[in-house]
Amino acid sequence: MSLVAHVVAHVGSLDLDAAVEVDEGETVAILGPNGAGKTTLLRALAGLVPLEAGRVTLDGVVLDDGARVFVAPEGRPIGVVFQDYLLFPHLSVLENVAFGLRSHGIRRAAARNTATIALERVGLADLVDMKPRELSGGQAQRVALARATASEPRLLLLDEPLAALDQSARGTTRRDLRAHLATFSGIRLLVTHDPLDAAALADRLVILEQGRVIQTGSFADVSAHPRSNYVAELVGVNLLRGLGHGDHLELPSGAMVVVPGAGSGEALAVIHPRSIALHIQPPAGSPRNVAAGSVESIESLGDRVRVRIAGSVPLIAEITPAARRDLDLGAGTPVWTSFKATDVTVFPV
Amino acid sequence: MLFALVGFAFIALPLIGLIQQVSWGSLWTDLRTPEATAALRLSVICSLWATALSVLFGVPLAFVLARVTFPGRSIARALVLLPLVVPPVVGGVGLFYAFGREGLVGQYLYDWFDIQLTFSTAGAVMAETFVAMPFLVITVEAALRSMDRRYEDAAATLGARPMTIARRVTLPLIAPGLVAGAALAWARALGEFGATITFAGNIQGRTQTTPLAVYLLLQSKPDVAIGLSIVLLAVCVAVLALLRDRWLGFR
Repeated sequence: MSLVAHVVAHVGSLDLDAAVEVDEGETVAILGPNGAGKTTLLRALAGLVPLEAGRVTLDGVVLDDGARVFVAPEGRPIGVVFQDYLLFPHLSVLENVAFGLRSHGIRRAAARNTATIALERVGLADLVDMKPRELSGGQAQRVALARATASEPRLLLLDEPLAALDQSARGTTRRDLRAHLATFSGIRLLVTHDPLDAAALADRLVILEQGRVIQTGSFADVSAHPRSNYVAELVGVNLLRGLGHGDHLELPSGAMVVVPGAGSGEALAVIHPRSIALHIQPPAGSPRNVAAGSVESIESLGDRVRVRIAGSVPLIAEITPAARRDLDLGAGTPVWTSFKATDVTVFPV
Repeated sequence: MLFALVGFAFIALPLIGLIQQVSWGSLWTDLRTPEATAALRLSVICSLWATALSVLFGVPLAFVLARVTFPGRSIARALVLLPLVVPPVVGGVGLFYAFGREGLVGQYLYDWFDIQLTFSTAGAVMAETFVAMPFLVITVEAALRSMDRRYEDAAATLGARPMTIARRVTLPLIAPGLVAGAALAWARALGEFGATITFAGNIQGRTQTTPLAVYLLLQSKPDVAIGLSIVLLAVCVAVLALLRDRWLGFR
């Protein structure tokens, strides 16, 4: 059971021609800059933008083939969490969540029961009578999620689910969203311009740029082997997953990384490859994080060189071609990596 | 500054002139005269009917003008808005030749159903609807154009059919615009004179609405005419105040 889509559409100056496949139980993130066509792609899957060509198939049923077949949005087994949530301002939280059930012909009392259960699931059972304008951003997002999933759609689409939140609310909301997404058993597809959201929420990335898919794969694959400068810039970051211990992060290899604010529980540390320095001798200096390793591979990307280091702290370093010559780096060269603790961003997952 | 003052005085002085002519002591008895009560009652009935008809037909019309693309849409919109600028008396003449006994449609209404609209209360309602409906259409259409249509998208992805979306999402969202449009239409219907007297005539208790009574009584019973005028003025001020609250207090 899966979503198989090839979407061809033109909206304004956007020329979208992108193919996406998502399997059941998998979360795929469409990642790209603003104007890449992410939202249009999502709207096409929802039936809000008709295809010019291509085909959208969900669980083997054709929803749109750009010609003879077009299933209207209300006929598709989908749920959408919109960018600014679009909760109906004149309806209460409960009525918002019950809206989809009512539209599917379920009686008021039964719809309210199911909606209450859906709200309990996202921990908002005590807000049922509130109006959307009384909610915080994080609460509104959870209501939107409850509304989109209440009638148990096969396909859940999320458009920039965290973009409308301020920075302080993002971390916890991201963690909650990840937990709630895991309980939705259908096909999950989200759109984001934030690589961190994609890393935290998705199993697989689809990178969209100017209406075209330029790369797909797991975050680790894509960030290790970015196919273009643009992708390298976007996702070519070092992601270290581990367990937080106050100001340390314990990696699966047992290595400890100094990270201020690592907290407790599972966390993800992000370090830009530009922040990684390479040394032939063990360095002595202010950087708190120093580790030994060896060069695994070297990739040249125009004016910079990406060096993959294997070791207890696997890292990618971005250096200039001149630095590479000076250090005389090649596969297998033993090196020391260092980076400052202050160059690390950490967030819980 | 001086010109502005003159302009303001020009609008304010007639109102002051009217108010200083009111014989407040006898206002209540003036309004209780048979002519006045008949005119006021008829005005309330006719203007409410006209407002109801404007909402019933004007809202779907506004939906079509705002949401459906069809050739000649701009011409259709111009035609719908024409009663806003056309002299009401011309509108009355038009109504006469459309719905009068000899009129385009009116002759069949009379021949087949024995319905005569001229010189009837229904005729007065039609004349008022003719001038009032454009106010409703223009306000509701503007509300439909300015609302965030993505709410309708959201409703569609939740399985709502177009009629359900219109009823449960679009109409509630444009409710402030609809109320404002209905209030404007009602105020316009209440003050309607030219089309009514031309099409429906001036029969006391049947088509003689308040403005017609004011015009007629100004010679014979000026106190009653002034009393009725002050009632119309008060209603208009109330409508303005209501709309101001609507517009400033928009959630």
